[in-house]
Amino acid sequence: MEIAFDIIEKNGLIFAFLVIGLLVLISEIISKKILKSRIPGSAIAIFFGLILGYWGGFITGGEKGLADLPLFSGIGFFGGSMFRDFAIVATAIGASLYLIVRSGMLGFISLLIGIVLFFFIGVLVALAWGFRDAASLCTIGAGACTYIVGPVTGAALGASSEVIALSIGTGLVKTIAVTIFTPIAAKRIGLNSPESAMAYGGIMGTSSGVAAGLAATDPKLVPYGAVTATFYTGLGCLLCPSVFYIFLHLIFP
Amino acid sequence: MNIYGLAVLALSFLVGQWMGEFLGSLIGIYANVGGVGFAMIILMFMKEWLVKNSLMSFEMEAGIDFWNKLYIPVVIAMAASLNVKSAINSGTLAIAAGTLPVLVSFWVFPLLLKKFNPQVDGDSL
Repeated sequence: MEIAFDIIEKNGLIFAFLVIGLLVLISEIISKKILKSRIPGSAIAIFFGLILGYWGGFITGGEKGLADLPLFSGIGFFGGSMFRDFAIVATAIGASLYLIVRSGMLGFISLLIGIVLFFFIGVLVALAWGFRDAASLCTIGAGACTYIVGPVTGAALGASSEVIALSIGTGLVKTIAVTIFTPIAAKRIGLNSPESAMAYGGIMGTSSGVAAGLAATDPKLVPYGAVTATFYTGLGCLLCPSVFYIFLHLIFP
Repeated sequence: MNIYGLAVLALSFLVGQWMGEFLGSLIGIYANVGGVGFAMIILMFMKEWLVKNSLMSFEMEAGIDFWNKLYIPVVIAMAASLNVKSAINSGTLAIAAGTLPVLVSFWVFPLLLKKFNPQVDGDSL
């Protein structure tokens, strides 16, 4: 047994291929046999992934979900930003450059609307919870954009570490909410074409959430959503600690 | 050769990341601005050029397509390594501020689409 563990720990990434492969297999079986294909297998697999992430965090108290268990460290590498971004870029092979250029304006406008919307609703919620200083409000609003914009903004404005942690938590909840709700809402909100996926990526912005949500909705839409979503965090890091902070500072000096 | 395709993908990825970092430092923030987006656009241009000059072989495209297909498994692994526990534990404020705007967006999104009225040619995918 010890030898087996040793081999797995030494070959973490290879073991991750096996684990994820089995997880997909189980999810496909559940999707087809029990749910009669009403929920796609990929959506179930992503949801199981989230549960495993919770379980991993519960056991270890770490920050990387299941990947904090030494046995499953390869999963963290497989699902880390390098492979994630590499695979997202590869999805562009099936996308049409023509459609992306043509929807460029819609993508850009949806990015601006998305950042403003998430930031200010985040600020309103923080207000409702009793925060009154511009730096904390701005940091939580930025966290409502993504879990990267939050800490970047908080660090720039000198927010307390408690508020920064809260902004990361907010961004994580957003990612998970987008992952789970996208396939459920897709049909009702008209998310069914490359153009609409580009607008969706711009409004929602969390690349992980958009990518996972679209993958569970229709994998063909992933590149269109991802191409706009990847600009969201950068734009958020630009706007939140500057323009938005100045605006909040005028109201809460 | 599959590796040619993989190399094209790697080149697009690295150049795109570099452009994202460069743009980030240009506007004075320590973040990558759209590096992945740039990489995707570069890949699409390169593919177009390769196809036009009949340099894109089936195997070469398969090298890129392998990663395209691996996309969902990568996302599943990502979900399993997210800090789900702290998201749930960070309290009602984080849950409200993380969920409410998503729900509002579901309401705004169809309005935005209607305003722009994108030509419906999604079926041509």
